[in-house]
Amino acid sequence: MADSATLEAVNIDNEAGNFTYPEDYEHDAGYGLTADTIDYISDIKKEADWIREFRHKALKSFNNKPMPTHWASKDLENIVFDNIRYYLSKGQKPTRSWDEVPDDVKETFERLGIPEKERKFLAGVEAQFDSEAAYSNVKESLEKEGVIFVNSTEGLREHPELFKKWFGKVIPTGDNKFSALNSAVFSGGSFIYVPPGVKVAHPLQAYFRINAENFGQFERTLIVVDEGAEVTYMEGCTAPKFETATLHSAVVELVAMKDAKIQYITVQNWSNNVFNLVTKRGMAHENAEIRWIDCNIGSRLTMKYPGVIMKGRKARGEVISIALANDGQHQDTGAKMIHAADETTSNVVSKSISVGEGRSTYRGQVHIPKHLKGCKNNTECDALLINSNSRTDTYPAITVRGNQHATQHEASVSQVSEDQIFYMQQRGLSEGEAMSLSVNGFVNDLVREFPMEYSVELKRLIDMEMEGSVG
Amino acid sequence: MSQTLNIQNLHASVDGIEILKGLDLEVPKGEVHAIMGPNGSGKSTLSKVLAGHEDYEVTDGRVTMDGTDLMELEIDERSREGLFLAFQYPHEIPGVSNANFLRAALQARLPEGEEIDAVGFYKEMYAKMDALSMDRKFTGRAVNDGFSGGEKKRNEILQMMMLEPSYAILDETDSGLDIDALKIVAEGVNRMRSPERGFLVITHYQRLLDYIVPDVVHVLFDGRIIKTGDKELAHELEEKGYDWLTNELVAV
Ligand SMILES: Nc1ncnc2c1ncn2[C@@H]1O[C@H](COP(=O)(O)OP(=O)(O)OP(=O)(O)O)[C@@H](O)[C@H]1O
Ligand SMILES: [Mg+2]
Repeated sequence: MADSATLEAVNIDNEAGNFTYPEDYEHDAGYGLTADTIDYISDIKKEADWIREFRHKALKSFNNKPMPTHWASKDLENIVFDNIRYYLSKGQKPTRSWDEVPDDVKETFERLGIPEKERKFLAGVEAQFDSEAAYSNVKESLEKEGVIFVNSTEGLREHPELFKKWFGKVIPTGDNKFSALNSAVFSGGSFIYVPPGVKVAHPLQAYFRINAENFGQFERTLIVVDEGAEVTYMEGCTAPKFETATLHSAVVELVAMKDAKIQYITVQNWSNNVFNLVTKRGMAHENAEIRWIDCNIGSRLTMKYPGVIMKGRKARGEVISIALANDGQHQDTGAKMIHAADETTSNVVSKSISVGEGRSTYRGQVHIPKHLKGCKNNTECDALLINSNSRTDTYPAITVRGNQHATQHEASVSQVSEDQIFYMQQRGLSEGEAMSLSVNGFVNDLVREFPMEYSVELKRLIDMEMEGSVG
Repeated sequence: MSQTLNIQNLHASVDGIEILKGLDLEVPKGEVHAIMGPNGSGKSTLSKVLAGHEDYEVTDGRVTMDGTDLMELEIDERSREGLFLAFQYPHEIPGVSNANFLRAALQARLPEGEEIDAVGFYKEMYAKMDALSMDRKFTGRAVNDGFSGGEKKRNEILQMMMLEPSYAILDETDSGLDIDALKIVAEGVNRMRSPERGFLVITHYQRLLDYIVPDVVHVLFDGRIIKTGDKELAHELEEKGYDWLTNELVAV
């Protein structure tokens, strides 16, 4: 159990995130998305021609692709792409010192506790405000070892030899409509390179903040971890509660070279107006390990299915996800495990909680082709329903060809009954406390896998969300 | 202020069916009252109505605890005000350890911003578990999850000992306990008897009352208290059954 100082330091909650500063932007791409929007963004970023071309091609792909409403949520049709602004920034470069960050932005991140966390337990921080990073810093000792931690614009400009090779390779532009959208208008996000053998002991953290209304945030992250190196990356997200819909559509690509390890942790706490449509995938080479830990709280609709392509022998992929769907929210999450080499192992553990009118959906895909030997997959999906209106669906698709593999699949649905809540209330817990204790109990075995600071933060978020769900 | 749990003319129904039909009962602090009565007479209903279960509608009557109108309070407020119910059928809470649950319940009693002292908490819990001959492994196990019937009952008493209520209702805590466990639990209850605390012990068997000797015995029948006496009444019931009383009732 953490002391109260730690608790405070890692506290990000719904209410703490619900504030906004008046708009004051140097660059505003305006409403709607056309070829001009892309040139506007490319011009500001002074990008190389190949990137500009990459964006224009992506825009075509985006326009040509249909909405995935046939299998996903009809709610997607409510996104009005013409009512969104695709780029907003103050026109200043990310600084290495909080003192040089503009006041409103600095205050935003202070209110969210980021500088304090950085001092306490982080090896590096990037803080993005709308389209661009305002602050970016990595410990000097890591820099000396050759670790690179920059935003996407800088990564592509300063280190093309490192990043160009993998950029858009794990997730091709046309993977889905929203990866195409991101590829057209991406801005911000992290580009990380960890040289061979370097084990980054403390997490690197990125924090994504949406401040403006009628805006889309499209960060792009690429993490390349070289042979035998290791890193843990953590992202946090919040936005204020607006009346209108806000769009967040990121693309995250991970590359783990031979024997490398990447752990990617998301603790997302979007407000109820955010459409969160994110594509995340990693490629694990021989004996490498990629682990996604994904906590989805809040948002109006989240669609996110982190994946791992196990490309080298003995590669391992893991997705551990927790989704909490409260009234008015739909968490459509899952995992994609593509086995592409012998003796590869994947593990998916998904826990979803649906409260009130909240809805959660699990979509899984496990693919093991016939010609491989000795692959293993374990999939567990557990759903918890709190009150009868909640809805949960599970769509596991496990395609295993050949008979030299071991797969295991378990699913369960349980209810927090009224009598269980009554019992807990009889011991003095409020209804909200009783519910959050039940929910925390349900996710407890997963949360134990998280670094301590994040498990404390997640618990706080669950508490807030459950307290808020009681009338 | 009156230091008593006072129930006057209590009427309560579930799904429109009246179960409690004008029940009067008073348990002053410092006393142990037993309630006996045939199956379905309304004993558990009374305990749940007092605790505030929402399935039961109170249609008439008044309940005060040390002068406070109990019916005005939420379920959890009643608990924090000092009312404890040891359930006839305790519920399971998967994933929540016994220790965490107790801790949360105690934490809920502290003022905002105050943190429970973890070391002191464990010390106290272990001492009370020892008194109940409960193995330490129960602290880490999920509340009542997979517990045997007797283990659940013992766990209810552990919770009572930790929460130190002003009024405790024990609903058939003896059923499901073996002879040794019955003695241990009874000892636990006896040790908690004090001028500061009242008990309402619901049971079918005289045997429990040999160990927890009541000051007053009531008979609940068809939603009302039809007879009140001293501990001898329990012996009489054991001998003659309830027919003797109900016949008497018809005769009147
Ligand atoms: N939720 C409910 N719905 C319908 N009937 C109920 C409900 N709760 C209680 N009853 C009925 O009310 C009556 C009293 O039940 P209660 O559980 O209070 O009896 P009891 O005296 O505790 O019996 P026992 O000695 O068997 O524990 C029974 O006829 C029971 O079926
Ligand atoms: Mg009963």
